[in-house]
Amino acid sequence: MIAVELLAAQNIGFVILSVAMIVAALRVVTTSNVVHAALWLVVVLSGAAAQYVLLAAEFVAVTQVLVYIGAVMVLFLFGTMLTRARIGTERDLNNSYRLLGIPVAGLLFAAMAIAIVSSFGDEQLPNEPRVIGVSEISDQIFGPYLLPFWALSFVLLAAIIGAIVLARKD
Amino acid sequence: MLTSQFLLLGAILFCIGVYGVIARKNAVLVLMSIELILNSVNINLLAFALRNGSADGHTFALYIIAVAAAEVGVGLAMVLLIYRNRRSIGLDDLSEMRG
Repeated sequence: MIAVELLAAQNIGFVILSVAMIVAALRVVTTSNVVHAALWLVVVLSGAAAQYVLLAAEFVAVTQVLVYIGAVMVLFLFGTMLTRARIGTERDLNNSYRLLGIPVAGLLFAAMAIAIVSSFGDEQLPNEPRVIGVSEISDQIFGPYLLPFWALSFVLLAAIIGAIVLARKD
Repeated sequence: MLTSQFLLLGAILFCIGVYGVIARKNAVLVLMSIELILNSVNINLLAFALRNGSADGHTFALYIIAVAAAEVGVGLAMVLLIYRNRRSIGLDDLSEMRG
Protein backbone atom coordinates (compact mmCIF):
# COMPACT_ATOMS: atom_id res chain seq x y z
CA MET A 1 0.00 0.00 0.00
CA ILE A 2 2.77 2.38 0.94
CA ALA A 3 4.61 1.45 -2.22
CA VAL A 4 1.55 2.28 -4.29
CA GLU A 5 1.20 5.68 -2.62
CA LEU A 6 4.89 6.39 -3.15
CA LEU A 7 4.56 5.45 -6.80
CA ALA A 8 1.59 7.78 -7.20
CA ALA A 9 3.50 10.60 -5.52
CA GLN A 10 6.48 9.99 -7.82
CA ASN A 11 4.27 10.11 -10.88
CA ILE A 12 2.51 13.30 -9.76
CA GLY A 13 5.88 14.90 -9.07
CA PHE A 14 7.15 13.79 -12.45
CA VAL A 15 4.16 15.27 -14.27
CA ILE A 16 4.37 18.62 -12.46
CA LEU A 17 8.12 18.89 -13.04
CA SER A 18 7.85 17.85 -16.67
CA VAL A 19 5.14 20.38 -17.48
CA ALA A 20 7.15 23.14 -15.82
CA MET A 21 10.31 22.10 -17.67
CA ILE A 22 8.64 21.90 -21.08
CA VAL A 23 6.90 25.27 -20.67
CA ALA A 24 10.14 26.87 -19.51
CA ALA A 25 12.12 25.28 -22.36
CA LEU A 26 9.61 26.60 -24.89
CA ARG A 27 9.98 30.05 -23.37
CA VAL A 28 13.78 29.77 -23.65
CA VAL A 29 13.55 29.25 -27.40
CA THR A 30 10.72 31.71 -28.04
CA THR A 31 11.17 34.67 -25.69
CA SER A 32 12.37 37.95 -27.14
CA ASN A 33 14.49 38.96 -24.16
CA VAL A 34 17.89 37.35 -23.64
CA VAL A 35 17.90 37.83 -19.86
CA HIS A 36 14.44 36.29 -19.61
CA ALA A 37 15.70 33.34 -21.66
CA ALA A 38 18.54 32.87 -19.15
CA LEU A 39 16.10 32.94 -16.24
CA TRP A 40 13.75 30.46 -17.93
CA LEU A 41 16.79 28.27 -18.49
CA VAL A 42 17.31 28.31 -14.70
CA VAL A 43 13.80 26.83 -14.35
CA VAL A 44 14.63 24.06 -16.84
CA LEU A 45 17.92 23.25 -15.11
CA SER A 46 16.34 23.18 -11.64
CA GLY A 47 13.61 20.91 -12.96
CA ALA A 48 16.27 18.65 -14.42
CA ALA A 49 18.01 18.53 -11.02
CA ALA A 50 14.71 17.52 -9.42
CA GLN A 51 14.24 14.83 -12.06
CA TYR A 52 17.71 13.51 -11.20
CA VAL A 53 16.63 13.21 -7.56
CA LEU A 54 13.54 11.35 -8.77
CA LEU A 55 15.90 9.05 -10.68
CA ALA A 56 17.87 8.34 -7.46
CA ALA A 57 20.95 10.29 -8.59
CA GLU A 58 21.48 12.72 -5.73
CA PHE A 59 25.14 13.42 -6.42
CA VAL A 60 24.51 14.34 -10.05
CA ALA A 61 21.61 16.54 -8.93
CA VAL A 62 23.83 18.45 -6.51
CA THR A 63 26.52 18.80 -9.17
CA GLN A 64 23.90 20.08 -11.59
CA VAL A 65 22.82 22.78 -9.14
CA LEU A 66 26.42 23.77 -8.37
CA VAL A 67 27.83 23.76 -11.88
CA TYR A 68 24.86 24.72 -14.05
CA ILE A 69 22.74 26.98 -11.89
CA GLY A 70 25.71 28.33 -9.98
CA ALA A 71 28.43 28.77 -12.58
CA VAL A 72 27.06 28.39 -16.11
CA MET A 73 24.15 30.74 -15.54
CA VAL A 74 26.48 33.41 -14.19
CA LEU A 75 28.57 32.96 -17.33
CA PHE A 76 25.48 33.38 -19.48
CA LEU A 77 24.38 36.50 -17.67
CA PHE A 78 27.88 37.95 -17.97
CA GLY A 79 27.95 37.07 -21.65
CA THR A 80 24.62 38.79 -22.13
CA MET A 81 25.73 41.88 -20.30
CA LEU A 82 29.06 42.13 -22.11
CA THR A 83 27.67 41.65 -25.60
CA ARG A 84 24.74 44.00 -25.56
CA ALA A 85 24.32 47.64 -24.86
CA ARG A 86 20.80 47.51 -23.53
CA ILE A 87 18.95 44.81 -21.64
CA GLY A 88 15.40 44.46 -22.79
CA THR A 89 13.12 43.18 -25.47
CA GLU A 90 14.69 42.80 -28.84
CA ARG A 91 13.03 41.88 -32.10
CA ASP A 92 15.99 40.61 -34.07
CA LEU A 93 16.70 37.37 -32.22
CA ASN A 94 15.34 34.83 -34.68
CA ASN A 95 16.68 34.13 -38.13
CA SER A 96 14.88 33.42 -41.36
CA TYR A 97 15.00 29.63 -40.88
CA ARG A 98 12.65 29.88 -37.95
CA LEU A 99 9.70 28.25 -39.70
CA LEU A 100 11.95 25.48 -40.99
CA GLY A 101 12.80 24.59 -37.38
CA ILE A 102 9.27 23.55 -36.46
CA PRO A 103 8.92 20.65 -38.93
CA VAL A 104 12.52 19.56 -38.28
CA ALA A 105 11.98 19.39 -34.52
CA GLY A 106 8.56 17.81 -34.96
CA LEU A 107 9.81 15.07 -37.28
CA LEU A 108 12.78 14.42 -35.00
CA PHE A 109 10.47 14.08 -32.01
CA ALA A 110 8.09 11.80 -33.92
CA ALA A 111 10.97 9.50 -34.90
CA MET A 112 12.34 9.40 -31.36
CA ALA A 113 8.91 8.88 -29.79
CA ILE A 114 8.14 5.96 -32.11
CA ALA A 115 11.52 4.40 -31.31
CA ILE A 116 11.14 4.90 -27.55
CA VAL A 117 7.57 3.64 -27.33
CA SER A 118 8.19 0.64 -29.54
CA SER A 119 11.30 -0.45 -27.64
CA PHE A 120 10.35 0.38 -24.05
CA GLY A 121 6.56 0.63 -24.18
CA ASP A 122 5.23 0.23 -20.65
CA GLU A 123 8.36 -1.21 -19.07
CA GLN A 124 8.54 -0.27 -15.38
CA LEU A 125 11.61 1.12 -13.70
CA PRO A 126 12.65 -0.99 -10.71
CA ASN A 127 10.59 -0.15 -7.63
CA GLU A 128 13.41 -0.83 -5.20
CA PRO A 129 16.39 0.57 -7.11
CA ARG A 130 19.93 -0.20 -6.12
CA VAL A 131 21.22 2.85 -4.28
CA ILE A 132 24.32 4.22 -5.99
CA GLY A 133 26.36 6.25 -3.54
CA VAL A 134 29.12 8.74 -4.09
CA SER A 135 31.77 6.12 -3.24
CA GLU A 136 30.61 3.91 -6.08
CA ILE A 137 30.69 6.82 -8.54
CA SER A 138 34.21 7.71 -7.43
CA ASP A 139 35.26 4.07 -7.81
CA GLN A 140 33.99 4.30 -11.38
CA ILE A 141 35.69 7.59 -12.14
CA PHE A 142 39.07 6.60 -10.71
CA GLY A 143 38.82 3.00 -11.86
CA PRO A 144 37.62 2.00 -15.32
CA TYR A 145 36.98 5.58 -16.44
CA LEU A 146 40.31 7.05 -15.37
CA LEU A 147 41.51 7.72 -18.91
CA PRO A 148 38.44 9.80 -19.86
CA PHE A 149 38.89 11.62 -16.57
CA TRP A 150 42.43 12.59 -17.57
CA ALA A 151 41.22 13.66 -20.99
CA LEU A 152 38.52 15.72 -19.33
CA SER A 153 41.10 17.40 -17.11
CA PHE A 154 43.04 18.43 -20.22
CA VAL A 155 39.84 19.64 -21.87
CA LEU A 156 39.07 21.82 -18.87
CA LEU A 157 42.63 23.15 -18.74
CA ALA A 158 42.56 23.92 -22.45
CA ALA A 159 39.17 25.58 -22.06
CA ILE A 160 40.39 27.79 -19.23
CA ILE A 161 43.53 28.84 -21.11
CA GLY A 162 41.60 29.25 -24.36
CA ALA A 163 38.94 31.40 -22.73
CA ILE A 164 41.59 33.66 -21.20
CA VAL A 165 43.52 33.94 -24.46
CA LEU A 166 40.38 34.67 -26.48
CA ALA A 167 38.86 37.19 -24.11
CA ARG A 168 42.09 39.02 -23.28
CA LYS A 169 42.55 42.53 -24.59
CA ASP A 170 45.96 43.15 -26.08
CA MET B 1 7.48 4.93 -13.00
CA LEU B 2 7.87 3.91 -16.59
CA THR B 3 11.19 3.96 -18.37
CA SER B 4 9.66 5.62 -21.39
CA GLN B 5 8.27 8.63 -19.53
CA PHE B 6 11.78 9.87 -18.77
CA LEU B 7 12.99 9.04 -22.26
CA LEU B 8 10.07 10.93 -23.78
CA LEU B 9 10.77 13.95 -21.58
CA GLY B 10 14.37 13.83 -22.77
CA ALA B 11 13.21 13.60 -26.39
CA ILE B 12 10.89 16.60 -25.98
CA LEU B 13 13.64 18.74 -24.45
CA PHE B 14 16.08 17.60 -27.14
CA CYS B 15 13.69 18.65 -29.92
CA ILE B 16 13.01 22.01 -28.29
CA GLY B 17 16.77 22.52 -28.12
CA VAL B 18 17.18 21.57 -31.79
CA TYR B 19 14.45 24.03 -32.71
CA GLY B 20 16.27 26.72 -30.71
CA VAL B 21 19.57 26.03 -32.48
CA ILE B 22 17.86 26.29 -35.87
CA ALA B 23 15.63 29.28 -35.15
CA ARG B 24 17.80 31.56 -33.06
CA LYS B 25 20.16 34.12 -34.49
CA ASN B 26 21.72 35.43 -31.30
CA ALA B 27 24.82 33.37 -30.43
CA VAL B 28 24.16 33.41 -26.68
CA LEU B 29 20.68 32.00 -27.24
CA VAL B 30 22.10 29.25 -29.45
CA LEU B 31 24.45 28.29 -26.60
CA MET B 32 21.46 28.15 -24.24
CA SER B 33 19.67 25.81 -26.64
CA ILE B 34 22.75 23.59 -26.68
CA GLU B 35 22.53 23.45 -22.88
CA LEU B 36 18.94 22.22 -23.24
CA ILE B 37 20.13 19.44 -25.54
CA LEU B 38 22.91 18.37 -23.15
CA ASN B 39 20.47 18.28 -20.23
CA SER B 40 18.05 16.07 -22.09
CA VAL B 41 20.91 13.65 -22.75
CA ASN B 42 21.70 13.61 -19.04
CA ILE B 43 18.10 12.74 -18.19
CA ASN B 44 18.30 9.80 -20.59
CA LEU B 45 21.61 8.59 -19.13
CA LEU B 46 20.31 8.68 -15.56
CA ALA B 47 17.07 6.94 -16.52
CA PHE B 48 19.11 4.09 -18.00
CA ALA B 49 21.39 4.07 -14.95
CA LEU B 50 18.33 3.53 -12.75
CA ARG B 51 16.91 0.93 -15.10
CA ASN B 52 20.12 -1.11 -15.22
CA GLY B 53 21.18 -0.48 -11.62
CA SER B 54 24.60 0.66 -12.77
CA ALA B 55 26.82 3.60 -11.85
CA ASP B 56 28.08 4.10 -15.41
CA GLY B 57 25.25 6.49 -16.28
CA HIS B 58 26.06 8.68 -13.29
CA THR B 59 29.72 8.83 -14.33
CA PHE B 60 28.86 9.79 -17.90
CA ALA B 61 26.38 12.42 -16.67
CA LEU B 62 29.09 14.02 -14.53
CA TYR B 63 31.50 14.02 -17.49
CA ILE B 64 28.86 15.63 -19.68
CA ILE B 65 28.29 18.36 -17.08
CA ALA B 66 32.03 19.08 -16.99
CA VAL B 67 32.34 19.17 -20.79
CA ALA B 68 29.29 21.44 -21.00
CA ALA B 69 30.85 23.87 -18.54
CA ALA B 70 34.06 23.97 -20.60
CA GLU B 71 32.06 24.40 -23.79
CA VAL B 72 30.12 27.35 -22.39
CA GLY B 73 33.32 29.00 -21.22
CA VAL B 74 35.02 28.78 -24.60
CA GLY B 75 31.80 29.55 -26.47
CA LEU B 76 31.13 32.72 -24.55
CA ALA B 77 34.76 33.82 -24.92
CA MET B 78 34.38 33.40 -28.68
CA VAL B 79 31.09 35.29 -28.67
CA LEU B 80 32.75 38.08 -26.72
CA LEU B 81 35.61 38.24 -29.21
CA ILE B 82 33.22 38.33 -32.18
CA TYR B 83 31.21 41.05 -30.50
CA ARG B 84 34.33 43.07 -29.85
CA ASN B 85 35.44 42.84 -33.46
CA ARG B 86 32.11 43.31 -35.19
CA ARG B 87 29.70 44.90 -32.68
CA SER B 88 27.19 42.17 -33.41
CA ILE B 89 26.62 38.55 -32.41
CA GLY B 90 24.08 37.71 -35.09
CA LEU B 91 25.12 34.39 -36.58
CA ASP B 92 23.76 35.39 -39.99
CA ASP B 93 26.39 38.12 -40.22
CA LEU B 94 29.27 35.64 -39.99
CA SER B 95 29.47 34.54 -43.59
CA GLU B 96 33.19 34.82 -44.42
CA MET B 97 33.60 31.04 -44.54
CA ARG B 98 30.84 30.60 -47.11
CA GLY B 99 32.36 28.93 -50.14
